[in-house]
Amino acid sequence: MRRRFTVASATVGVLALMTLAGCTTDPNVGSPTDETEPAAEEVEWFDQELFDKQDAERGVAPEGPEDQPWLQYINAEMVDTAAFASEGAKKACFANASISNPWRQTGWITMNQQLQVLQEAGVISEMETRDAQDSDDTQIADIDYFINEGNCDIFIISPNSTAAMTPAVERACDTGKPVVVFDRGVQTDCPVTFIHPIGGFAWGIDTAEFLIDELEEGDKVVALRILPGVDVLEQRWAAAEKLFDEAGIEAVDYFTGADPTEIKKIISDELAKGDVHGVWMDAGDGAVAAIEAFEDAGVDYPVMTGEDEMSFLRKWKDTGLTGLAPVYSNFQWRTPLLAAQKIFAGEEIPKEWVLPQSPITAGEVDQYLEANDGMPDGHYAKFGGEDLPGYPQVWQDRIIP
Amino acid sequence: MSAVTSDSQHLGHRLAGFGRTLISPRGAVFLLLIVLLIAITVLNPSFAEPSQFVRFVQRVAPVAIVAIGQYFVIVGGEFDLSMGSVVTAQVVIAGNLIGQDESKSIPVLLFMLAFGAFIGLVNGLIVSFLKVPSFIATLGMMLALLGATLYWTGGAATGNPADGFRQIGRGGIRDLPVIGVLPWSVVILVVLLVIAIWFARRPFGRSIKALGDNPTTAHYSGTRTWWVKTSTFVLSSLSATVAGVLLVGYAGVHPSVGRGYEFTAITAVVLGGVVLGGGRGWVVAAAAGAFALEALFTLLNFAGVPSTYREAVQGAIIILAVAYAATTIRARRRGRALETSPAPEAKEPDPSEDPARPAPIPSTSRADNETKGGS
Repeated sequence: MRRRFTVASATVGVLALMTLAGCTTDPNVGSPTDETEPAAEEVEWFDQELFDKQDAERGVAPEGPEDQPWLQYINAEMVDTAAFASEGAKKACFANASISNPWRQTGWITMNQQLQVLQEAGVISEMETRDAQDSDDTQIADIDYFINEGNCDIFIISPNSTAAMTPAVERACDTGKPVVVFDRGVQTDCPVTFIHPIGGFAWGIDTAEFLIDELEEGDKVVALRILPGVDVLEQRWAAAEKLFDEAGIEAVDYFTGADPTEIKKIISDELAKGDVHGVWMDAGDGAVAAIEAFEDAGVDYPVMTGEDEMSFLRKWKDTGLTGLAPVYSNFQWRTPLLAAQKIFAGEEIPKEWVLPQSPITAGEVDQYLEANDGMPDGHYAKFGGEDLPGYPQVWQDRIIP
Repeated sequence: MSAVTSDSQHLGHRLAGFGRTLISPRGAVFLLLIVLLIAITVLNPSFAEPSQFVRFVQRVAPVAIVAIGQYFVIVGGEFDLSMGSVVTAQVVIAGNLIGQDESKSIPVLLFMLAFGAFIGLVNGLIVSFLKVPSFIATLGMMLALLGATLYWTGGAATGNPADGFRQIGRGGIRDLPVIGVLPWSVVILVVLLVIAIWFARRPFGRSIKALGDNPTTAHYSGTRTWWVKTSTFVLSSLSATVAGVLLVGYAGVHPSVGRGYEFTAITAVVLGGVVLGGGRGWVVAAAAGAFALEALFTLLNFAGVPSTYREAVQGAIIILAVAYAATTIRARRRGRALETSPAPEAKEPDPSEDPARPAPIPSTSRADNETKGGS
């Protein structure tokens, strides 16, 4: 019996610890190399050069069609794609990191509607998609499958993580077919274009500057972060942390896994410790739970930065708190397919396609709430699909394709 | 039934031996809990204010309720790893089926309870009749439910259900003196704990323990083992359902709500000195284990442990705490073996080990039970 007890306890103990210890971390996101990174995160993720670049880009008026932000670009260096010019409908192969958060789901719906337009126009014959479900290994296998058996005319890749996906993207480039990378980056410039909004540092600067303006030196900010090890998220915090530090704002950060229970606990504990004047989030998922924690504790609302997710915008409006909704432009999900169209037409496109990214301010909330009336809570205000077929029904029904 | 008299006896007994119990092995979890609560209060004196403390109890309520459900499964000699997924599934069901239509609250709540009972029934029948070890059967159920939930939601949050429904987990009785608000969760936890204590002392509750201790004996003594076993799984799924209802109110809908609850519950139960493999344990200690775990998390928050290695600290403390609990349990078992059976009642305030239980079983050499391996 004792042996059995020991074995059983050991098994359960190990599993329990794995879960308890990992409960706020998505185990799939970190490649083995990520494990060592958090210890030195400030050193690893803060990049003065990139910080300055994105800081400057925030003030640049983008070029391109005025009413189509998804085709605008900032400080672009154009590349010639005449070598890829080709007639007829092409097959696109899309290696997607995941659709496991509302931001990606909204973008994925928009992308499918954009695909429909291009199919009708005879540009794309079909798009084969593989969902890596947040796993580096799966995505590498997906890309290799596309290379070997996909019969693809163009590769569209939304990388799961930066370092781990680089060799696979290089293999795709080696086929000689055009490669389009968007959202998270890779450490190679072999793709024809890399599409992304300005980036995490710009987000961090926008949000931190807002909080610093609204708060006073010595005030306390609780930073709620989804998970460690993803560059776009880490850069948001790296920039904000630096600015808070310089401005004398006391900021403490937590990983929440976007779990509202976790968020509520963290805020309750912080409120029990003392006043919390500001809440900073690296993504809006769970913002409502954070605000509710202040309501439940019966204290004043904080100054808060969330995201352009409808649940936050609505709660912001209802409560009348002082807020800002930073935006990681969701309309970027349209751009890769439109880039494919330009590539096959042999038109010039930006080598690094930096899309505009500007936060929604208190003055603009009403306008975005009205424009997105009837959209579900997980919808993103700047989704940019108003001119696509199926609007607004497809986004309202939110059936994941 | 002499339930009432033994109850008052038991109460007096416990009050008298309170101090002794605390330092004795079975009080380990209560001692740990008190130490943690004192540590939190030292770091942050406002924690001890009644209104703050009630908030803490409200927060622990779902975990404690899950731990109570898990207690019955573990004491019956099995595991239920599907609890976390049941919580997640129920949270998503509440969010999607109720939506903003408050009138659907009651029908959906009934559906959720039926769904919870059904999951438990399936778990129990698979373990009892297909002889699949519960570790595997419920692990399979956990994955199946999680997969179904992910398929349904795509892995992201949907909208919260109507505010009226959320009041169960978020609201409470307002404007009370001293504590301010008495959250419904706290009321529900207390009611469930009382029912659980009562149930554990009923003949049926005892047969769960007897089954966990020695299924062969239980079988020969006329217990319908399949039904007893299955009912423990139904109980645990129902408790996960209640936790889901509370969590959807407390926090809102997200597919990560409930993640890891099964292991939190098992850890809480083990921390409470309940023996894995069944047959020993006290439901109150299991609930106290849940409180101790959450107090630990709160302590780390208050101590300002950086987020980057917070989880490592949590893990290390849990290992130490469970190791301590395991050592004291072993010590207790050895102590008992030496004493053989001079009235185990005398030093056992545990209601379920009182004389109504067949006397020889507690002193049975544990080595004899090697045969019970089974599921």
